[in-house]
Amino acid sequence: MDKAKRRSLKVLGATLGASAFAYAMAPLREFTKDLTIDQFLQKHYKELTKADLAALVERLERETKQAYGKEVHIQDFRPMENVEFGYALNLSVCIGCRKCAEACHFENNHDRATNNSYIRVLEMEQGSFDLEKGNAHYDHAVPAPGKYYMPVQCQQCDNAPCVKVCPVQATWKEKDGIVVVDYNWCIGCRYCEAACPYHARRFNWTKPEVPTDEINPNQGLLSNRIRPQGVVEKCTFCLHRTRQGQLPACLEACPTGARVFGNMLDPKSEIRWVLEHKRVFILKEELGTRPRFFYFFDS
Amino acid sequence: MKAPDIAPVLSYPRFLWRVVRLAFEGSFAYYAAMTVLTAVMLVGANAWSHQLADGMIRTNMSDHVSWGLYIANFTFAVGLAAGAVMMVIPAYLYDDDEMHDVVLLGEVLAIAAILVCTGFIVADMGRPDRFWHIIPGVGRFNWPISMLTWDVIALNGYLALNLHICGYLVYMKYLGRRPQKRWYLPFVFLSIGWAISIHSVTAFLYAGLGGRPFWNSALLAPRFIASAFITGPAFVIALLYGVRATVPSFRFGDGPVKLLSSVLRVTILLNLFMFGSEQFTEFYTGGAHTTSSRYLFFGLHGHHALVPWIWTAVLLNITSAVLVHLPASRRDPRVLLAGCGAAFGGVWIEKGMGLIVPGFVPSTLHEIVEYTPSVAEWKISAGLWAFGGLVLLVLLKIVLPVLTGELSDKPDAPSAMPSSRRL
Repeated sequence: MDKAKRRSLKVLGATLGASAFAYAMAPLREFTKDLTIDQFLQKHYKELTKADLAALVERLERETKQAYGKEVHIQDFRPMENVEFGYALNLSVCIGCRKCAEACHFENNHDRATNNSYIRVLEMEQGSFDLEKGNAHYDHAVPAPGKYYMPVQCQQCDNAPCVKVCPVQATWKEKDGIVVVDYNWCIGCRYCEAACPYHARRFNWTKPEVPTDEINPNQGLLSNRIRPQGVVEKCTFCLHRTRQGQLPACLEACPTGARVFGNMLDPKSEIRWVLEHKRVFILKEELGTRPRFFYFFDS
Repeated sequence: MKAPDIAPVLSYPRFLWRVVRLAFEGSFAYYAAMTVLTAVMLVGANAWSHQLADGMIRTNMSDHVSWGLYIANFTFAVGLAAGAVMMVIPAYLYDDDEMHDVVLLGEVLAIAAILVCTGFIVADMGRPDRFWHIIPGVGRFNWPISMLTWDVIALNGYLALNLHICGYLVYMKYLGRRPQKRWYLPFVFLSIGWAISIHSVTAFLYAGLGGRPFWNSALLAPRFIASAFITGPAFVIALLYGVRATVPSFRFGDGPVKLLSSVLRVTILLNLFMFGSEQFTEFYTGGAHTTSSRYLFFGLHGHHALVPWIWTAVLLNITSAVLVHLPASRRDPRVLLAGCGAAFGGVWIEKGMGLIVPGFVPSTLHEIVEYTPSVAEWKISAGLWAFGGLVLLVLLKIVLPVLTGELSDKPDAPSAMPSSRRL
């Protein structure tokens, strides 16, 4: 083959290659068109100044309006002084109605298509504590004979494996014991999902879909604001409510009063009374995670 | 004081230019291989850009099985990169001259494998646009607490070490100079320890998780190292035969293949022994700790997705052990190569689908959600391996002519371009 022919073949090859590459990568435009410079350069939550924070909240509200057509109010709720939250659940009273899981779904603006919730309710066999005999997919009238029910959500561990493994400090434990995620910083590696022993973390496999009229507009920056695609989220004990003195949505929805929530540092609180008078236990104590979520049976 | 010798610095751009030109010159077979690899890579790139646009929903992973084919391949590729050190140790520690002649091939393999690892991590990230968050000093690097940050250091450090060693030795050879020991020997010794560290740290990623009893074993890191020393030598043996068949001007003795086969004979048995030891502990003890293993080997409550995978792995591993121990494997390269292929495939499954996925089944709340990779995951994985193949091919295309003297700075050396078309 002569040189000129060889050369023209190469040019042809290079042109074909370049156009094939452009074609292959075309769907990327869908991703980059939504990615602004502000989003790309967004600083970590802990590095934000007051002005940064205001700008961020303003931007997030604007983006939510654009994407979901709803005016929402996002606030940065900070931990209160002398408060460490604790949560207890009375397994003798819980009937497994899953009202808590449903309330969580709506309160926290979860994706409708997946019916996501931070709470899973396990139907357990009477006389057994073996999770393997539990069933999260029961579909019959409750309570069923011979069964008891154990809702599981984030245990807000004091020694949280998820916080330990995060390579970029996108998740951390706050002063009041709540483990939060910076949705603008998470890189979506899902190491925390692998590390959590309680199946408490969820990943946004795609953009969450919430109908405009069902969006809860009272949103916390570190809690129930609509999460971006590709990041991890989790239960925050409804910090946008509880840091304002309200109760978590799951507790308010519970028809049997199985749930007790409060400040563990307050000697007069109901949670303290439960911890002091009931024989409480924690899930998977042997792992040393030191949960702030307690279970008990009425004796 | 003598003025510093800057000639090598001045001729470096010319070297780079010649190397780049060389990468785009070649025989019909070379072009064909490049075209096929590029095509597969583009299929992967296309699937990846769809995944980025639509989200990880394009994969079959879930909140229950949150790592799948990508992390499986990542784990395996780290082993491949670490395994290449089985050439470096004899070449530099034991002064095996014949191994020394071909040791650069192992280092080139390590470079390609590490790039594949990085690719699989990026493919697994939900937000690759936030990659800068993990750069030490720029983002927020959770070191030393998160094992993943150790892995970032280990993998990038290993890449840098191998790039330096290869780059320096190849360039000196090109210039016709004697490489100075102080510029590469300390790095070579460092890279030996580093190779062990990359795979240990990768094992610790999983072994450190108390909530996943299937991975939470002290034997995981030793098993990873043993199986890395299967895949590395198995791949290099095949590579050496391939190079001998396609680049006759690059001459080397039979010593390296002999030595690597001996390594393989030991590591395959060692790996099987540790594998068996792990299964003994699991199944003899029984109880809830064993659930994942029961699911993996026999299925659980009507779910069997991984059973064919793991038994294939067991079969391949045993077959490879038999093949490489047959006396014929010393005479007939086909027997040896079949053994290498079986070992490579067996470890790929054992360390990938047979290790990463069962860690998630059943979930931490003992729900059974199965996982089979999606088409997009297969495409992206194939694309990344094709990318690795491309890197390896181009690097060999550059390194081999330098080693044979066909590409050289010396004006009297034979012209590089025509003869190098053989590859």
